Amino acid sequence: MSLNPEELRYTKEHEWVHLQGETARIGITEYAAEQLGDVVHVELPEQNAEFEQGEAFGSVESVKSVSDVYLPLTGRVTEVNATLADNPGIINEDPYGEGWIVNLQLKDPSKLEGLMSHDDYQKFLSEEA
Amino acid sequence: MSDLKRTPLFEWHKAQGARLIDFGGWEMPVQYQGVIPEHQTVREHVGLFDVSHMGEFYIKGDKAKDFLNRITTNDASKLYNGRCQYTVMCQPDGGVVDDLIISQISEDCYLAVVNASNIQKDFDWMQKNNQEGVELTNVSEQTALLAIQGPKAEALLNDFFGTNFSDLKTYCFTTANWNGDELTVSRTGYTGEDGFEVMLPAKVTSDFVKALSEKGAAYGLKPIGLGARDTLRLEACYSLYGHEITDQISPLEANLAWVVKLDAGDFIGREALLAQKEQGVPRKIVGLQMIDSGIPREGYGLFLNGEQVGHVTSGTHSPLLKKPIALALVQSGINLDQELELDVRGKMKKCLTVKTPFYKRPKGEK
Repeated sequence: MSLNPEELRYTKEHEWVHLQGETARIGITEYAAEQLGDVVHVELPEQNAEFEQGEAFGSVESVKSVSDVYLPLTGRVTEVNATLADNPGIINEDPYGEGWIVNLQLKDPSKLEGLMSHDDYQKFLSEEA
Repeated sequence: MSDLKRTPLFEWHKAQGARLIDFGGWEMPVQYQGVIPEHQTVREHVGLFDVSHMGEFYIKGDKAKDFLNRITTNDASKLYNGRCQYTVMCQPDGGVVDDLIISQISEDCYLAVVNASNIQKDFDWMQKNNQEGVELTNVSEQTALLAIQGPKAEALLNDFFGTNFSDLKTYCFTTANWNGDELTVSRTGYTGEDGFEVMLPAKVTSDFVKALSEKGAAYGLKPIGLGARDTLRLEACYSLYGHEITDQISPLEANLAWVVKLDAGDFIGREALLAQKEQGVPRKIVGLQMIDSGIPREGYGLFLNGEQVGHVTSGTHSPLLKKPIALALVQSGINLDQELELDVRGKMKKCLTVKTPFYKRPKGEK
């Protein structure tokens, strides 16, 4: 089931974050997926890999281009979406649902407040355009 | 993007929902519906490309053929009226100035179609090397070029012009009348499919495309952007200037020996290319296929036992084969029957060299 975009947090690099307890699910936004075009490959991190906030943990590629995906918050990868290896296009079809990329154990979940709300992200998109 | 040059179809591209990008100083459509569906349209039906950014020169005079023979590597004496020839111009050291198509209109009049990014460089090069005193005219600004490519291209153009192009052979051209204007139609292209290129005056292009689109709907005609143009040519392994051929790469290194006629008189670069042929090329363009996951992209380093032996010149995800494909420039003298490693953004990924092209249309089809 897809998550409700209004309940997610966002980064300027067009990732979304959904927090459940201490676990955060990360994906890329519908806008990012549209800009990229048909996703044909996703480079996923290793399980248990640790990343600092702002570090690239993988990439999402279309026929034409490569986009790094950055970790919005410091944490450890607890699960990767293995279905993306065979079906990367699911990111275009369902960016807030089946197209999630990783689950993270966050070092400091309170830092989530520093990310944009849905309204802030919409405003950011209209300014960018 | 106000400083960018635009083709006569700029407004039409916008109306078709194109995503426009800066392509070598031109504001051009990179895609409309998406690279993958557009690629499939050309392999299965027929697609329309605006390639009006490309350059067109006329070369006229009694000694025009002598000039062409001396400035290009192919044998221009094989040309006849209505015949086109793919060729390259080289520097004295064998590096490529540009690749181009030359068409013979008459014994003393030829058309050269060159890459958009090289128009001024090529024209300057021709003028500088014009020992035969030919008349050179750059008509790029007044001239539009459209490519109509795919298995349905011939049926569409037959219907549209009310003529029969089935006798027009590959790499030949003819003229066709449309609304009182004489257009040049050649059986050439850059997609690996059967197809045509139509050269026409810039001022009638917009009307022409509207009429062609109406007729084309029944044939599945769709506009195709530069994104799919690149994936189509890469599957067919056609060289792209700035990638497989540059002023630092010779045509022999780029598998273009078939357009280098060392026994057909002297030409600029012949001595260097003859030496390369005798001594063996120092590097060569090869096809790559991945063993590990990942998409090879231009510039990625290719390694053998930790030492760099080459780099990717063009790479993408093949929409037809649904897997990564790439061309790479690799040092000669290396045993290529073994696994190599590609540096994909800091991760070493296993790959293999493979035979090219990646795609060839089935025999029996034009």
